[in-house]
Amino acid sequence: MQLGSKAGYAPATMPLRNVFGEALLDVATDNPRVVVLDGDLGNSTMAETVRKAYPERFFNLGIAESNLVGVGAGLAACGLIPWITSFSSFLLCNAYDQIRLAIALSNINAKVLGSHGGITLGKDGPTQMGIEDFALVGGLPTFTMLVPSDPVSMRALVKLATDHVGPVWLRSSRLPLPVIYDEESTFKIGQANIVRQGDDVAIIACGIMTAIALDAAADLAAEGIEARVIDLLSLRPLDVDTIVAAARDTGAVVTAEEHLLTGGMGSNVARVIAQHHPVPMRFVGLADTYTESADPADLLVKYHLTADDIAAAARDAVAAKRAQG
Amino acid sequence: MLTDLELQLKSIEYRATILRIIKQARAGHTGGDLSSIDILNVLYNNVMQVSPATFADPNRDRYVQSKGHCVEALYTVLADQGYFPQEELDTLCQYQSHFVGHPTRSVPGIEQNTGALGHGLAVAGGMALAAKLDGRSYRVFTLLGDGELAEGSNWEASLAASHYRLDNLVVIVDRNRLQISGNTETVAPLEPLHEKFAAFGYAVREVDGNDPAALMDIFNRVPFEAGKPNLVLANTVKGKGVSFMENSVKWHHRVPTDEEYATAMRELDEARAKLTAQASEAGQRRYPVHA
Repeated sequence: MQLGSKAGYAPATMPLRNVFGEALLDVATDNPRVVVLDGDLGNSTMAETVRKAYPERFFNLGIAESNLVGVGAGLAACGLIPWITSFSSFLLCNAYDQIRLAIALSNINAKVLGSHGGITLGKDGPTQMGIEDFALVGGLPTFTMLVPSDPVSMRALVKLATDHVGPVWLRSSRLPLPVIYDEESTFKIGQANIVRQGDDVAIIACGIMTAIALDAAADLAAEGIEARVIDLLSLRPLDVDTIVAAARDTGAVVTAEEHLLTGGMGSNVARVIAQHHPVPMRFVGLADTYTESADPADLLVKYHLTADDIAAAARDAVAAKRAQG
Repeated sequence: MLTDLELQLKSIEYRATILRIIKQARAGHTGGDLSSIDILNVLYNNVMQVSPATFADPNRDRYVQSKGHCVEALYTVLADQGYFPQEELDTLCQYQSHFVGHPTRSVPGIEQNTGALGHGLAVAGGMALAAKLDGRSYRVFTLLGDGELAEGSNWEASLAASHYRLDNLVVIVDRNRLQISGNTETVAPLEPLHEKFAAFGYAVREVDGNDPAALMDIFNRVPFEAGKPNLVLANTVKGKGVSFMENSVKWHHRVPTDEEYATAMRELDEARAKLTAQASEAGQRRYPVHA
């Protein structure tokens, strides 16, 4: 499985979580106020890069997520910039109350890394998979929510998150992702990036689904359907202008996310489109289900998160548009 | 720095204010406010190095009220300290007031939002850790209810406080032995509590949490032991200071009727008169200034 290969991107070289580790080390090097909190998973989230370089600013608080978040809030309240790091499933499901009260409601300047987003961690199975983070962080009104899609965007968004004043959630995941962006690319909180032009259908994706959407767009192009692929990147705030322009210009929209459809990114995009420029929409994501343990490639096939699934949804949306005349 | 007599008179004044604003708002946590007010009184008037003028100073002492539901006590003391005008207390829980039913950073003088239980200790631990990291000498005080000790997060935070040797952290437990549905020892038994805290690495001291002089004496001894977080097990009486509210579960969050309010105020007036009379006989005792 080489994501992005149909679209012509070079094979990925480094798992996204490793890129996070490098990016975190960069911001810790640049800013002495950055501290890193670990829930005993630093060698999985790759936050351990900071432990090795700056042990005095790295705190492994053990397997205790509620305390991890609370301590992070206390450090932030005293002017430090904590990166609170663990699997998104453990942070959100164990310490949601703390994230809500100590960070979100207090509007504290803390950064949270939710690693192992989606189902592509594979063999460790559904207890470890973060498939509800968009919905749960969506329930925290003061949080900015960022989802990098490649190594370049990961580096940029870790820096943007660190510099932003206020709570930020950032998703990482385990698979290697191809380089989509180049040195000229720009990133801003609240800015979605158009990574492929097209006017027949828009595919709005995030995380690993952006590379998969680009593969789908390559297949669709062979059939004469030109898809605009939008990498959402910022799930809150949403780039309303780019989303509405996509609906207006293409008349058919597909969303693609490695997350439950209920409460997911697609439902928020649909809210924007329904209000500003209603067009036929289709949604690629996880149905109301948990997965088994398996190879990530097999899971993507079984749970309908492949380029073929996105292409089929796009054809369907285009057909619906044409049927409307 | 207030004298013992002045502290005792303050506590009576605070109790009267708490009952007044709860009655007016028709909401509040009467019993816990009254059990913890002597602790807040001593902390804010005589122990903590913080004031409205120094609230932005990174060296200020911090206070985090984990038992957030007893916010009326905190608002009352903050008003008296001059963080905001006394009359703003009358907007408690009113439409468009930022004096909401649990502590919020929107109110001047409040460090951290609390209210869901089991939150304060971890946050206070983070603040104490920040002091160590930044080489600052401030102390962090946090007040916990005893009922909320059933939250596992407190024990997670205790492991960390001990591990990081947070002797600048002062954890005060308002041990009034009652929670909303009954006695702590029948709902989710805590005893032997002193031994549990000691086993988690605290230097533990027990004190009569409704006796300002005893509280002063304990807080003057912080840190109790170098390298250990401080735990003040403050034995208190829920509803303290009003006879019919004392040790009564129903006063956890009951609002007094007109008649109950009048009786309570009369009792507080009598206590004030008695105290003043005693003082004029015995003379005032002044406490040594905290180093």
